[in-house]
Amino acid sequence: MHTTQFQQYQGKVAYKRATSEPTWVRWGLIGLALAFLGLFLLIPLAAVFAEALRKGWGVYLAAITEADALSAMKLTLIASLISVPLNLVFGVVAAWAITKFDFKGKSFLITLIDLPFAVSPVIAGLIFVLIFGLQGWFGEWLIDHDLKVVFAVPGIVLATIFVTFPFVARELIPLMQAQGKEEEEAALVLGASGWKMLWHVTLPNVKWGLIYGVILTNARAMGEFGAVSVVSGHIRGLTNTMPLHVEILYNEYNYAAAFAVASLLTLLALVTLVLKTYVEWQASRDAANIEKEVTA
Amino acid sequence: MPLVYRSALVAMLLSSVSLQAAELLNASYDVTREFYKDFNPAFVQYWKDKTGETVTINQSHGGSTKQARSVVDGLPADVITMNRSADIDILAQKGKLIPANWQTRLLNNSVPSASPTVFLVRKGNPKQVKDWDDLVRPGVTSVIPNPKTSGNGKYSYLAAWGYVTQKGGDAAKARQFVTELFKHVPVLDTGGRGATTTFAQREIGDVLVTFENEVYLLQKELGEDKYEVVYPSVTVLAENPVSLVDKVVDKKGTRKVAQAYLEFHFSPQGQALAAKHYLRPQVSEVAQPSFKKLHTFTVKQAFGSWTEAENTHFSDGGIFDQIYQK
Repeated sequence: MHTTQFQQYQGKVAYKRATSEPTWVRWGLIGLALAFLGLFLLIPLAAVFAEALRKGWGVYLAAITEADALSAMKLTLIASLISVPLNLVFGVVAAWAITKFDFKGKSFLITLIDLPFAVSPVIAGLIFVLIFGLQGWFGEWLIDHDLKVVFAVPGIVLATIFVTFPFVARELIPLMQAQGKEEEEAALVLGASGWKMLWHVTLPNVKWGLIYGVILTNARAMGEFGAVSVVSGHIRGLTNTMPLHVEILYNEYNYAAAFAVASLLTLLALVTLVLKTYVEWQASRDAANIEKEVTA
Repeated sequence: MPLVYRSALVAMLLSSVSLQAAELLNASYDVTREFYKDFNPAFVQYWKDKTGETVTINQSHGGSTKQARSVVDGLPADVITMNRSADIDILAQKGKLIPANWQTRLLNNSVPSASPTVFLVRKGNPKQVKDWDDLVRPGVTSVIPNPKTSGNGKYSYLAAWGYVTQKGGDAAKARQFVTELFKHVPVLDTGGRGATTTFAQREIGDVLVTFENEVYLLQKELGEDKYEVVYPSVTVLAENPVSLVDKVVDKKGTRKVAQAYLEFHFSPQGQALAAKHYLRPQVSEVAQPSFKKLHTFTVKQAFGSWTEAENTHFSDGGIFDQIYQK
């Protein structure tokens, strides 16, 4: 009883302190934040949909069902369907190695994983042109063997994998570091095999972080412009992804169609945000449940 | 999970196999998109009537120098259609993809059409822009694409230079004029279409300096009542050459159809289509009432050759670099 009162008292002090600024300062700051949000997020968002539907639903539907648009969507899906699972596997393996084991060159490995974040996407694209382009290291060999990498689908997939490389690992490493190795060690002592430990101990612990990483990877894979633009060759109907298709339509003065395809990418962003919020909510609920169990 | 990769990989392989069937890729520059949307179906029909074969033509567009670079780097284009011969020369020099004498292989030095560099101003010509001199008047700003990356920008630069020398000025005078001109350019876009968007959508600048065909297209797309064309007293004629990419067509076995595609540019039908898109036909007599008679010079006439112009003006440390640093 005594402690509760004390806590209430403490809460009151904190409450007062947080709101002791004059009213105009508080409302001014809130207003500023909302204006900023509206200017940089809500208005552009509304503009995309307003422009997309300016000429009506008929034009909108025609724009997103046109052959070149469909092939751009297909290519975008292929690129993310390949890069997301690969980066998922890689991210788990890398995070597992880095957080559960000690070895030489660990910090070097972490730096390498971060490299795609540090490198401009244009450079990322150029790297592949320099390696696989006709004037590049393997250019002649690839031509002689009829293999196409840059200016074809494989190049686009490679560039996408490169730029989305760190997302899953970066999401998992801090989480797994915070969780420590105790549970894994307990599993080992109890006689679990490596696989069993991964499936029953490690992965369930990082489930939400993993899903969050995948969502981010997917959003970036579908939205990537710079790196893909360099390796694409811009062959319409063949090597244009959705972001590149938007640029082409815009450059053709086809604003309604450009914004129609852009609105699909915007919808993807909104879905991503909803999923992200849901995942965060689930994760915090799980954490709260565990705490309850522990205290009980 | 592995099944997903496998089927995706198979899909990729299949799609690259289907590329082999009678397809041509045309690597072109920025502002020919609309022209080829008309021209390609006309050729497909012509080829079907003539041989019974169905050919598909794919298009890739971008700044001309960037496109040439992509072909050198391995973009598998069967034909390249550029707005200046230097961007095709590079395929012979850097990539050994075509013979050095490629221009001699088709009519009129392989140039089916051309377009002069002209001005577009806002309705009513509020700044009273009549000729090149007006572009360096205080308070007048122009939008010109970057001469380092865009053929369109190189032509605008050379047109201004040639304007001075054609009127009897010497190189020092020309250099002074061009230096002054680029002080009046607020944005250097990387390509012609980007510059148009800057002028029309972002409403930057009083004058857009670009090809005649781009100017007419812009008026058609965005309203004839918004802009006016101004023809300077002297300007450059941008010649648009075309070529096979020999290494690619021989590998793909598409030489015959690619050659026919290029020759179709010089046919009466191809020339008429060019005129329809405001490109001035160069070999065939086509009714062209809308083209104003102009006093023009080609790069060859005023600068000797494209290679010479490129080395003097646009190479690293060349005159453009020197004047734009200041």
